[in-house]
Amino acid sequence: MTISVWPDNKPLDVAAIRDLPEGERAEQLKLVAKQVRRLIVQMIDIARAGHIGGDLSVTDALVTAAFGVLNISPETADDPGRDRLILSKGHCAAALYSVLALRGFFPIADLETYMKPLSKLNGHPNRLKVKGVEANTGPLGHGLPIAVGSAVASKLSGKNWQTFVFTGDGELQEGSNWEAAMTAAHRKLDNLVVIVDRNRLQQGARTEDTASLDPLGDKWASFGWEVADIDGNDTAALLKAFTQNRDGKPLVVIANTLKGKGVSFIEDRVEWHHKVPSKEQVELALKELA
Amino acid sequence: MNAHSSVSNETFDCRVAFSEKLIALAEADPRIVAVCNDSVGSSNLNAFRDRFPDRLINVGIAEQNMVGVAAGLANGGFIPFVCAAGPFLSGRATEQVKADVAYSNYGIVLCAMSPGMAYGELGPTHHSIEDLSWMRAIDNLDVLVPADPEQTKAAMDWAVASGRPIYMRVGRHKVPSVTPADRDVAFTFGKIDVTGDGNDVALVATGTLVSRALEAQAILAADGIAARVLNVSTIKPLDAETIIKAAKETKGLVIAEEGVLEGGLGAAVATTLAENHPARAKFLGVTSFAPTGSTDFLLEHFGLTAKGIADAARKLVG
Ligand SMILES: Cc1ncc(C[n+]2csc(CCOP(=O)(O)OP(=O)(O)O)c2C)c(N)n1
Ligand SMILES: [Mg+2]
Repeated sequence: MTISVWPDNKPLDVAAIRDLPEGERAEQLKLVAKQVRRLIVQMIDIARAGHIGGDLSVTDALVTAAFGVLNISPETADDPGRDRLILSKGHCAAALYSVLALRGFFPIADLETYMKPLSKLNGHPNRLKVKGVEANTGPLGHGLPIAVGSAVASKLSGKNWQTFVFTGDGELQEGSNWEAAMTAAHRKLDNLVVIVDRNRLQQGARTEDTASLDPLGDKWASFGWEVADIDGNDTAALLKAFTQNRDGKPLVVIANTLKGKGVSFIEDRVEWHHKVPSKEQVELALKELA
Repeated sequence: MNAHSSVSNETFDCRVAFSEKLIALAEADPRIVAVCNDSVGSSNLNAFRDRFPDRLINVGIAEQNMVGVAAGLANGGFIPFVCAAGPFLSGRATEQVKADVAYSNYGIVLCAMSPGMAYGELGPTHHSIEDLSWMRAIDNLDVLVPADPEQTKAAMDWAVASGRPIYMRVGRHKVPSVTPADRDVAFTFGKIDVTGDGNDVALVATGTLVSRALEAQAILAADGIAARVLNVSTIKPLDAETIIKAAKETKGLVIAEEGVLEGGLGAAVATTLAENHPARAKFLGVTSFAPTGSTDFLLEHFGLTAKGIADAARKLVG
């Protein structure tokens, strides 16, 4: 089985997207997001494992940050001043790997090895195996503290890079996030952005039926953060939020998403946290993402 | 003497026996509750939740909170079974286990689901290979590793009856039954179960490695090497007497565990041997963060197979 990308055989110049005017950028990002979703479905099909729901919900935010805003490229991967993108919800490695492959960090064909014996593409990301990965996540609640350290380092070193960290919403039940949130606000880390993938589902149930998070925006605001509460599957809204004024504070983008976004029978269903689609379902999914 | 000339082909996920037993225990004793971290499915607690909705306390993805809450429940007269994936229970909540459970001496059963490398390709963050070392280091905490469904159930009976602070692995990677048919109880706290009386080598194993040691015993028998198999289902306190007896009666010991070599079963055996009866020994375990691969692939990768155990035994006695 081989991974297919850009079915019309006309690859986008992904490196150029960041320089486009905002409206055009948002349109191009939509196209990239669709490709990432297609890659995710194919990777999970080949591996017969993965976390499809969370991969598909976070795709638009990940793509918007990586291709539309941040200075992230294979050429600058070892540059000390590069922007940092941290995937705290490490179970969604397939989404991150797809983004990195499309951006040229490694060949797209390598995505076929996801979770295969001795593959660099482990079920959770490893910075020592894959360029572009900044943190070895998997246990939830680790990304934000690391991102806070990165944001402090950015200021201390005078290099002034931006740090974007992507968390799940269920993940916010881990206390470590709130410890880090206090540190970030105390230190006025206006170079730090947290994107909460607010798909309202966790592994076994809805977040509000497990340990409720609402009113989530008020919680962050009371911790001293700037809050943007937006449609997290809309690249235009994401672009706007990522570049908004932060008023000298760290910014949290509450990205309201659909878990499984883009594949109708996967959307907003708890059982699709890590269910693997059948061969027929894969075909259906790819048709919906055509 | 060898009750296990061949190991059965039928294999079991111990979480199934675990959940059946937990429901049975909870039917009989209203003090029993389950505490978990968004792990209802992965701990096989769906049936428990349906039967006792009020007695399942799912705190969300918050392991430190989970173990602390269990301590409060124990303080309030309940017997909590804390059910979470081994790496996060043992790793994330270590200090709660130490201070709130062991030091405070509460009767809490910490159930480490899917231990060892059961999460295969999810990788080292999800492998619970340090847990036996970390948990062994905590005073007043018993550490159990049942090797099959029968042992899992019997260990749970003992856990409730004893009222002790307990850390127990509950296996996910499928294993055959290793409990000999002639045993009255499948698990006796603090006692090693010995299969065979071979005087050439002792194969000391725990959890998933027990059935593999029994297979190794058969492989070695074909070569004329007589082995005995020690199933260590209580890691702490260790049954020193049976270890010392094996050291005295054989030419050496192979110790095999699905975990790191620093501080786990092997280290416990080494200390016992060094103080009482120095003997030749070979230690098999997980010697690095694993590469990507399935559980079976990784067990093979680290030589944690019947062949790996048999090869080590041949080298020791040859
Ligand atoms: C510390 C820790 N506890 C438990 C888990 C198991 N786990 C993996 S994903 C997940 C649910 C995550 O839900 P959420 O953060 O909402 O992610 P998403 O919906 O985006 O997939 C859980 C409980 C883990 N990886 N780490
Ligand atoms: Mg979620």
